[in-house]
Amino acid sequence: MENVANVDVQKRTDETYKDIPGWGIDADPENEPTYPMKHYTGDDHQRLHYERPPLQPVDVEVLHSNERPNVTAAFGTVSPPSGLSGMLRRYAFQHSEGSSLHWLPLIMADRINAIEGIVDDLAHGHIPNVFAERGWNAEWKYNRKGLITKIAVTTLVATTVIALLSTKKKKKKRFSF
Amino acid sequence: MLAMNYRGPFRVRADRNKPYPEILHPGDAIVQVTRSCICGSDLHLYHGLVPDTRVGMTFGHEFTGIVVETGSAVQKLKVGDHVLVPFNIACGMCPFCKQELYGNCHESNPEATAVGGIFGYSHTAGGYDGGQAEYVRVPYADVSPTVIPQGMDLDDAVLLTDVVPTGYQAAEMGGIKKGDTVVVFGAGPIGIMAARCSWLFGAARVIVIDQLDYRLEFAKNYAKCEVYNFRSIGDPVLFLKKQTDYFGADVCIDAVGCEAAGSAMNTLTGRKTLLQAGSTTALFWAINSVKKGGIVSIVGVYGPTWNFVPIGNVVNKGITIRANQASVKRLLPRLIDHVMSGRLNPKEIITHRIPLEEVSDAYHIFSAKRDNCIKPILIPSSAKAA
Repeated sequence: MENVANVDVQKRTDETYKDIPGWGIDADPENEPTYPMKHYTGDDHQRLHYERPPLQPVDVEVLHSNERPNVTAAFGTVSPPSGLSGMLRRYAFQHSEGSSLHWLPLIMADRINAIEGIVDDLAHGHIPNVFAERGWNAEWKYNRKGLITKIAVTTLVATTVIALLSTKKKKKKRFSF
Repeated sequence: MLAMNYRGPFRVRADRNKPYPEILHPGDAIVQVTRSCICGSDLHLYHGLVPDTRVGMTFGHEFTGIVVETGSAVQKLKVGDHVLVPFNIACGMCPFCKQELYGNCHESNPEATAVGGIFGYSHTAGGYDGGQAEYVRVPYADVSPTVIPQGMDLDDAVLLTDVVPTGYQAAEMGGIKKGDTVVVFGAGPIGIMAARCSWLFGAARVIVIDQLDYRLEFAKNYAKCEVYNFRSIGDPVLFLKKQTDYFGADVCIDAVGCEAAGSAMNTLTGRKTLLQAGSTTALFWAINSVKKGGIVSIVGVYGPTWNFVPIGNVVNKGITIRANQASVKRLLPRLIDHVMSGRLNPKEIITHRIPLEEVSDAYHIFSAKRDNCIKPILIPSSAKAA
């Protein structure tokens, strides 16, 4: 970018703010770093002794942080843990939020879950259209050359790898009696 | 019903078989979505950087919609109300909600104590489906959802659910005084809005740093600020020191978060191998570019595990660091006033209006920064009349 174009902006801001709607309207001389982001009430000293909202029935498996004694009054019920990824997630929730044993298994579980998703699709007779799911229709429209290059390079690499592997297999066969 | 369906990193699809949401709690409402956005934060999920993002989830924490069903305890909202729904799910009763820390609600997210519930933002934020769908379950419907004021454009309203409050709170947390120089790292929608809102607090100079020229050009025009591409200024920290008489900026805002570019080491360890919770390059630059005793305000999203942060410089420079998810409900009255009076015109940042059916392409366009995309919104065909 032509950074020199900024000269006009700087000149303007040095002279006047009149063309900036609302300039300084929310200026608050009390807005020091200690400005109350929260409206302090001392309520947090009540700890768990506050009136809780009604509790949502727990009719699906809900994993909850071991840094709290219970599930929250409301929670989401999307995609309860299942399969191998679910086992990893259950393991993760045995560890506190400050532990790598909490987060790293969750990241691994996410990757496994993506594969489980493909298996699940196939099991239900749905062949996932990975080209469309990755938004490559848009890539074809806005970056056709880049997409073709990417596909060509991927094909080349894959072909090379397959060729190398099959060559090794042939060599192995030759010496095995 | 039709809904976005996450299938794994970089793979989403429009699914017509998503079950219609149910009332699961007396405080719930079901909302028919009229607008939803894709947020830069959604891209962190899309790229597989946020742990416990499960296949089958529907993303989308920025949406407006019409109330079509309410739970037995809902009193303020009624069927037919057209509401904007803040991204925080807040109970309104816990000690943190009572202190207006709606982003830190203690009764909306069982899976983590460090963050409250957020629509469509992984199980780490409560496991709720989001608004990139025809219908969505809205818990605690009497607390945060707000009836859209008469005369307000729906496109403005949907941006009041996250982008505007987060940008505004970024500036607010900076404690900006009249005459301050503010540097915003990141020219995405939040960074652009943070730059725009910095003027409302009396900034004298607002500088935005990014790596994409089209975003910088947009920021310059919309937020009337100075813009610099860090690819062309050498060391950004040194450049900013020179720009500020070798003192440093009064306030630095990190509006980038875990996907920052600009450092090979951070890219390798934070984005490619996930050995730290995202790249901290923007935060690193913010801490090193701010003046001694200055304020660094963070609204960029980071993962929950460890990061390479120059904490020694924070100590030696006496920097105040302030950060949080925006408390949308707290800010809404003031921001509605700013929008209705014309001081803020958020809908101007919308560059793409895409049918929900084409959600895969929408995510790719936004993620890959195609077609000069700044902010895409998704509109379900079932809501086109609204």
